[in-house]
Amino acid sequence: MSSAPTKASSSARSEQIILFRVAGQLFAISSASVQEVRSVDSLAGSSAEISAPTLKKVRHTVQRGDKALFVVNGAAHFGLPQTPGGLVFVLRRTRTALLVDGIEKMTSMTRLQSLPSAFCREERAWYRGLTALDQTVIPVVSPEGFLTPEELALLDSVTAAQESSEGGTQIPQ
Amino acid sequence: MTLSTELELQAFVLLRLGDRRFALAAHHIAELVAPSRIFRFPHRTPKVEGVILRRGRIIPVCDVGDILIGKSVLARRFYLLAVRNYITQKEWVAIPVTGECELINAELTPAGESDAPHVSGWLSHNGEVIEVLNLDALTPGPAPTPRHRPAPAFVEARP
Repeated sequence: MSSAPTKASSSARSEQIILFRVAGQLFAISSASVQEVRSVDSLAGSSAEISAPTLKKVRHTVQRGDKALFVVNGAAHFGLPQTPGGLVFVLRRTRTALLVDGIEKMTSMTRLQSLPSAFCREERAWYRGLTALDQTVIPVVSPEGFLTPEELALLDSVTAAQESSEGGTQIPQ
Repeated sequence: MTLSTELELQAFVLLRLGDRRFALAAHHIAELVAPSRIFRFPHRTPKVEGVILRRGRIIPVCDVGDILIGKSVLARRFYLLAVRNYITQKEWVAIPVTGECELINAELTPAGESDAPHVSGWLSHNGEVIEVLNLDALTPGPAPTPRHRPAPAFVEARP
């Protein structure tokens, strides 16, 4: 039997996080992982549709500089009920933009507990771990966990095929 | 009772799920606690309902009712916090139970080849033959491959 965890010391480093909601579910992400937060409306002009029937969580790409980012619908990714989505997080050092409903607040965490080993499926890639804030347990998402290398390869091939046949189409306003 | 038979007795905790009782080796048991709020979040692992927060520790709740009694345990009275062995570490899991638990000493009859993987043996108590559970087979966890590298139980948040 292992002993109870010790309390974080007051000198423990903290990490700034953004609490956000998708279909009523609260998640956290390191604010250092978020390069930009944009409203869906403001991105409509720079986005294009993409159709990958086996990957329905990605329906759009968005152009940021010279990079095309894949917009992952957070609700579809986590298997939650579909919601319209109001904000897009452009995730740093990934090719992912995440569609979420809204930001709850910004705060900090001082302790991240690894996901218990009982969780042994895809969620191990989805989450960096769990944190307890105000007596509530919140999953902390991993920015790299929204698209696997295989999914990125699929999306690249779909994008290339679309560009060669018809080019990108803009989202209707 | 002779000394030799006394030495074969082991401590078990009897737990109740619906109408049936099961046993777990007492050394696997950490605590018996009243039900508390379950925090649920999206995941894909069957049999894991969510997590509870117990003195700062985040503990997964594993509903083993489907396997043991053919249905989920809805009317739960306690959570039995038990120690589950993983490849390189031990972690607590919470098992919902529907009634009081009891500590007994009994002799274990090892499981046979025809027994399910979650049965580690059998014991006899008050005329009842009771399954002794193998928690490692009963609750979910990663496949035991040498490539698995579990993260440390606690890590300090990065700035």
